[in-house]
Amino acid sequence: MTGTVRPSTADDFDTALKGSPGGNTALSRLKLIRWSDFSLVPVILVLMLIGFIVSPVFLTSDNLISVVQQSSELSLLVLGQALILICGRMDLSLESTIGIAPVVAMWLVLPPDGGRFAGLGLLPAWSAIPLCLLVGLVVGAVNGFLMLKLRVNGFIATLGMLTMLRGLHIGITEGKSITDVPESFRYLGKSEWFGAPAAVWICLVLFAIGGAALAWLRHGRALYAIGGNPEAARAAGIRVDRVTWIVLAVGGLLAAFAGILYTGHYGAVAATQGDGWIFQVFAAAVIGGISLKGGRGTLFGALTGVLTLQLVVNVMTLGGVPALWNQFLNGAIIIVALVVSRFASGERQD
Amino acid sequence: MEAQAPPPAVQAEGVVKRFGPTVALDGVKLTVRPGESHALVGRNGAGKSTLVGVLTGLHKADAGTVTFGGEPAPAFGDTAAWQSRVACVYQKSMVVPDLTVAENLFLNRFDENARWISWGRLRRRAEQLLSAYGVQVDPNTRARDLAVEQRQFVEIARALSFGARLIVLDEPTAQLDARGIARLFDRLRELQSQGVAFLFISHHLQEVYELCTAVTVYRDARHVLTAPVAEVAKEDLVAAMTGEKTAGATAWHAAGDAASDPAAEPVLSAERLSLPGRFEPLDLQVRPGEVLGLAGAAASGNTAVGEVLAGMRKAGGGTVRVRGRAVRAGSVPDALAAGIGYIPEDRHDQGLVPERSVAENATLTVTDQLGPWGTVLPSRTREFARGMIDSLDIKTQGPEQPVSGLSGGNQQKVVVARALARDPSVLVAVRPTAGVDVKSKDSLLGVVRRVADAGNAAVVVSDELDDLRVCDRVLALFHGRVVATFDSGWTDGELVAAMEGVGERE
Repeated sequence: MTGTVRPSTADDFDTALKGSPGGNTALSRLKLIRWSDFSLVPVILVLMLIGFIVSPVFLTSDNLISVVQQSSELSLLVLGQALILICGRMDLSLESTIGIAPVVAMWLVLPPDGGRFAGLGLLPAWSAIPLCLLVGLVVGAVNGFLMLKLRVNGFIATLGMLTMLRGLHIGITEGKSITDVPESFRYLGKSEWFGAPAAVWICLVLFAIGGAALAWLRHGRALYAIGGNPEAARAAGIRVDRVTWIVLAVGGLLAAFAGILYTGHYGAVAATQGDGWIFQVFAAAVIGGISLKGGRGTLFGALTGVLTLQLVVNVMTLGGVPALWNQFLNGAIIIVALVVSRFASGERQD
Repeated sequence: MEAQAPPPAVQAEGVVKRFGPTVALDGVKLTVRPGESHALVGRNGAGKSTLVGVLTGLHKADAGTVTFGGEPAPAFGDTAAWQSRVACVYQKSMVVPDLTVAENLFLNRFDENARWISWGRLRRRAEQLLSAYGVQVDPNTRARDLAVEQRQFVEIARALSFGARLIVLDEPTAQLDARGIARLFDRLRELQSQGVAFLFISHHLQEVYELCTAVTVYRDARHVLTAPVAEVAKEDLVAAMTGEKTAGATAWHAAGDAASDPAAEPVLSAERLSLPGRFEPLDLQVRPGEVLGLAGAAASGNTAVGEVLAGMRKAGGGTVRVRGRAVRAGSVPDALAAGIGYIPEDRHDQGLVPERSVAENATLTVTDQLGPWGTVLPSRTREFARGMIDSLDIKTQGPEQPVSGLSGGNQQKVVVARALARDPSVLVAVRPTAGVDVKSKDSLLGVVRRVADAGNAAVVVSDELDDLRVCDRVLALFHGRVVATFDSGWTDGELVAAMEGVGERE
């Protein structure tokens, strides 16, 4: 493949140089944009068209806002996972972190008597949010310790972490929902800023920060080098293990934050909070152009991946597809989206 | 050519191959006789790989004829028929590392008649096959435990067992040390005497002279020259490959009156530096303007010295200083900060992030200098990369092109750009010209020389005599010890002898 491409590129370069010395740069830059990052944009437009045809409700602002609101918690997990995948790692335990982090915070904060859920009441109510975030950070850091210090297989280690945290969640809550969450926990999930849920704005801002960091910060750029070839990154003076560790911890932090938004949104910590999400997370990241082997993809692509999945569910609901068929269609659409983006971009997905 | 001479092992006439608008082969010809070692040389992009593709049935020629032993080539896509005529041993291993040698030899054709695999019989067949070609490898060894040349023997034996009498060797010596090369060549000569023909593709002209009887040169997709090796002088061969008269490999040979002043304060100094199991304590001093060579074969520990200097490995003991400043052991960032630039041994392993652009790869070591507050500004990155592309003459579509799309020599220049990006006081280059063509080789070594001439120091770690010719001083390592020191006037014989750990050769 490279053998066939190489000679022509060299020639193109020569002729381009001779032809237009001035206008060459913008043109060549345009040629080298990775279109795979945008391959889902037409898919989203087609989905919106279908939605418009299927139901007049689709294009109302209420409906669209509810789609993005439902995307917001999933998208935070995708953001964390995307960063980790670009680094060439993976973390399955994110889907348990979104549940266990609020649970541990509630457990430490809620009083032992009075509510349906008996906590320990060790810490004041205001510390619920910092505690929750801390739990996420610790989970990510422990994953990092397992992968980077003990050098165990990341897939299996985080699979174990996923199962263990899920069990901890059920053990602490005795399999019941926690409904009496403190007011501070509810605020972000249910308030509205500028006519849209606060969670949506927060997600957009976090994606923008993440995208900017990957594009313009040296430590952000380093993620691509680490995922693309860790040895080359090390030889170039990048502290590979340290950066990876931080990214894993940030992934856990984002999952815990998603837990706060989700809990606030529904006013309770569900016993199955996050259960089974990790498949959606991976699907959204990969159809959005993030490589499972690391070193490739953008957060914009990951975000379009989340929106695509959520739009499909929404359009199907509006189209009157029975909810019992949702799971089947969801899986089917993941496969279709994968194939479409594979051929739209012309690149292999690894 | 007498009338009763056997038909050539392979004969290609007027082969044309286009990839889109690019003509990769333009009416080339090649004839290899039975029992001959035929070298095919040319710069990167000359069309060698494409021809190999055509000869092994991977590419379909657009025009021209190919015959094997006088018979026309099999139909395109008839893999089994191609396998029985020709095989290629690639640089990259084509064996399954976790299977045994026996399994690899008979992969997918374990037993034609039986339903179940008889492991005992498989092993006996493998033993017979290996001993028939004088290959001393235990068929029960896992392929991953083989030495590189043993792995190549196994691949050759497998090809011969299919009935192929023409073996293409694509850069077979790239990962071998001198001893391995000698073993490989002995085996090849033996097989030649049994009538096996070899097409030998190498950047190493010296090896062409050692092994081959005839040589064919391609340049820019065209056939330039075919002649018996004995009748072509090395300079003429280089001239045929490059299409110009070069001053030869000695253009930048260190002059006796090197600028280095023995009294000057050393730029790089190492004291009692050691890495247990790799090399014993050694002292190094490199003065401004000096290029120091660390010569040695694969297991000599010279590469480990380079890696320790660059911070890739943590030294077992001893200190490294750059202009008096101590460098923290095993820390690449500290080595970079101290002014050590590093060209790693294998650009695919440690040098490049293949998916990323030329600009990103070239600026990987200077991301802290490309914008305020930890930012990396794309405009400054491009500007920096353009400077590097110009000064090192990197052939690329532009700074944004993914580095995987460049030719080997240009990829290596990107690695060099990365090492030079911080204006290093000390440049540590490990086998800087591995797998690049003659012209790139010259310019890469010229870069090393220029770094030193600017008042800095350079360390070249290599077993290639051409690489070591830029050095003002060469230390030869053998089994982790410095066994000899040479000033620039060394002869090939003495240096090779020292690297081989023998007192005197020839």
